[in-house]
Order: sequence, then C-alpha cells, then structure tokens
Amino acid sequence: MLQTNLTHVTTADEWKKIIEENENVMICCGRMGPMCIPVYGVMEDLEEEYKHVKFADMPFDSPEAHVIRNAPEARGFMGLPFTFYYKNGKVVKATSSIQNEQQVRSILNDQFGKNNQ
Amino acid sequence: MLVIRALWLGNQPARILYFITMENNRFDVIVLGGGPAGLTAAIYLSRARLRTLVLNIGTAGGQMVLTHEVANYPGVESVSGYTLSNTMKKQAKSFGSVIKNIASIQQLTLNGDVKQVVTGDGTVYESDAVILATGGRSRELGVEGERQFKGKGISYCATCDGEFFTDKEIIVIGGGNSALEEAVSLTKYASHITIVHQFDYFQAFEYAIEEAKQNTKISFKLNSVISKFQGGESFDGAYIKDVNTGEESFIKSSGAFIFIGYQPNTEVLKGIVELNKWGEIVVDSEMKTSLDGVFAAGDAIAKRYRQITTSVGEATVAALATAGWLHEQRRKKVSLAH
Repeated sequence: MLQTNLTHVTTADEWKKIIEENENVMICCGRMGPMCIPVYGVMEDLEEEYKHVKFADMPFDSPEAHVIRNAPEARGFMGLPFTFYYKNGKVVKATSSIQNEQQVRSILNDQFGKNNQ
Repeated sequence: MLVIRALWLGNQPARILYFITMENNRFDVIVLGGGPAGLTAAIYLSRARLRTLVLNIGTAGGQMVLTHEVANYPGVESVSGYTLSNTMKKQAKSFGSVIKNIASIQQLTLNGDVKQVVTGDGTVYESDAVILATGGRSRELGVEGERQFKGKGISYCATCDGEFFTDKEIIVIGGGNSALEEAVSLTKYASHITIVHQFDYFQAFEYAIEEAKQNTKISFKLNSVISKFQGGESFDGAYIKDVNTGEESFIKSSGAFIFIGYQPNTEVLKGIVELNKWGEIVVDSEMKTSLDGVFAAGDAIAKRYRQITTSVGEATVAALATAGWLHEQRRKKVSLAH
C-alpha cells in the first residue's frame, strides 16, 4: 500500500469497483518515488476542490496493477507514474511520468468539468 | 480582478468587498515556497504570532518529498521525505500558518513598504515582509522533442524508470556525479549506455568517473551536445552535435536519461532582487536580500551545499531576522507617531 492520503486501490477487483461505482475517477499507479510523489501531492491538494472526482492510487509493483500496466492506453509508456482518468468506467485519458498541478487540472477540467458544474 | 475593476468603477458594495478581501489577504509575512526552508520559516514566524502565508507552487515539501529516505536529519532515525514534509506542513499549520497552493505568480512588487504578490488567478496578497524560499528543480535540456517524449523514452529518474529499458540501448546526458552514478546503476537494466557530455572532462568525483569508465556496458561521447530528440509513436534516438567540429550524428536508442543538475526557481525574481550569474539569490549572513524587508533561504540562494538541514538552518535565521526586522519597523512607526 502506498503511503499517501488518497483512497488506496490494491486489487483488480477494487479497481473495477471504483471505476464502475464512480462517474469520474483518477488513479495514479506508481511507487513512492521522485516522479510519482508530486502527482499524489497534486491529487491530495485537488481532492477537496474536485468533489465530483474520485482520486485513488495503486501500487505499480503489485501483480494486480496489470489492469493499468497492461492497458492498451499505456502502450509506449516508459515513465512512472501511469495516471489514468476514467469516465463511466472507460479510459478517457492516460499520462506517463510526472505531471504538475496545471497539467492535472487541465485534464480534469477537460474530461470531468470544473467543480461539479 | 473583477473586484478591483468594480472598485475603479466606483461601485460602493464592491469597494467594501475589496477591503474585506484585502483584509483577509493581508499578512505580516508571505513566504514564497513550501519546501523545507519555506515550512521552517512558517513554523518560526507563526510561533512568533506573526500572520504568515505560505504560497507554494507544486507539492508542499519541495524537493524533500522526492527523497526516498532521509537518514541524516538529526534527531530522526530514518524517515521518508514525504513523511517529513507532511510533518513540517502539519507543524506550520498547527501554529497558524496559512498554506496555499498556487499555479503561478503573475506579479511581484517587493520594493515598497507593502509587498504584493499577485497569483496566476489574479488574487492579490499583501504583507510587510517576504521570505523567498522558492527552491530549485531538475534542469531540462530545452531541446526539441524533450517534452514530447517525457515518459515515453525521456526520463529524469533512473530508479523510477530504469526497468522499462531492460536489454535496450539508452543515452545518459550529463557529466556530474548524478549522471555517472545513475549511468552505472542503469547498467543493471540496459544492454548499452552512451554517456553524452558537453565537455572533454567530467565534473563528477574521481570514484564515480572510474566506476563508469570500468563498466563495459558504458561508452562516452564527449564534447557533444544533444541537438534534438527524434521519434514517431515511440522514441528513436537523439541527434548529437560535436561542439568542436559542429558535425552532427544520430544515436539510435530506446531512451534518454537527463542528469544535468539543478536550477534555482528564480525566474520570477529577475530584475527584482539581486541574483548572481547562476540565477541564485544573493543574501547576507542574516539572509537579507538586496531589498529591505525581503529575506531568502533554501536552495534558491547562492551557497555551496544543498541539504535539507542547510535549508532548515537558513530558514530559521531568515525567520528570526524577519521577525526582528518587523519589530524594529513597527517600533520606529510608533516612535514617529509620538
């Protein structure tokens, strides 16, 4: 389990449940490393503001994380973390490597809208 | 911004709203940056009952959060940088500091009695004093293709992304300790590594140079710079230019790791406070900058050693000096009034 204040997804079943039960979901699949931690930090900061989005993390090294690691949208990804955005259970955006707050905000606004509007 | 425009139009309710807003956005001290320096300054300032605002771009904790294990912080046996950052943040908040994450700074006015910070969204914050603790970040090459292939071939972290390049040929760019040490660590995964460096010598310590030279998986391209990263759907390699002859060649590779040092986050301070030729903030022994009421600490200042402990120490001095300076300014105002 990752040491963040986000919702933790540890199994493929939990991943399926979270993307099916929430309309908008952002999952950051990574480690406690230099490229991943800033993304978790951004997510923790934005969680309060984007109440209509479910924010979660998933440990990259868990065999269960194959649902993200081996997803077609992750083809060509060669940098941690793999960050996936789901709407109604479908991937709408995926990024590889570190992202700053502006980049994450931009995707959240484009895909899910601002502040539950 | 809307509030300010309405004020100019002479709108009375807006005028009242403006003053309420400014009252809430008025602090004794604004700290720019939420790394170990910024958070330490906030702890000391808020404990001294000074209204303190920390404006932070990115994740609070700065580069400290990126440290997997901090084992040399006195009094703490071993802790992750992430945990230490969260503890510092909680401490600062518990003493009353306000910590806000912002996307950018639009305007800085630091030369008057009232210091003003306008953030990217147009919000105006004011204070009597400012501590600059803007820290630093990994330096980017700034060449074509670098951003396009970030995470898809280009990386700044060997421990994070090394395994994606198992049995592949890669490039490492840089000539300092990080570049050479990380190149050696990447040989666990990569089949071959070409180190590209702009000089004909390395800046790294001798042991790191020797270790890299003795590794049969590593070869060197010295006096060379990257001119462009190339690829389509995937990364194909890099064009390198010989700095002496200008001759350009292409190195086919599956990825490139860039380790060319750190740069201070001081772009927004250019022309406002004195910076040295490397863009670092010039301070005196009390962490005073070239401007009255403006202090600085941490990795953005001109100094030789960059450690969490050095940032914490400098920030302590900066906060105490700021508190003393504010006290003196207020005492002068009172004596003038009498």
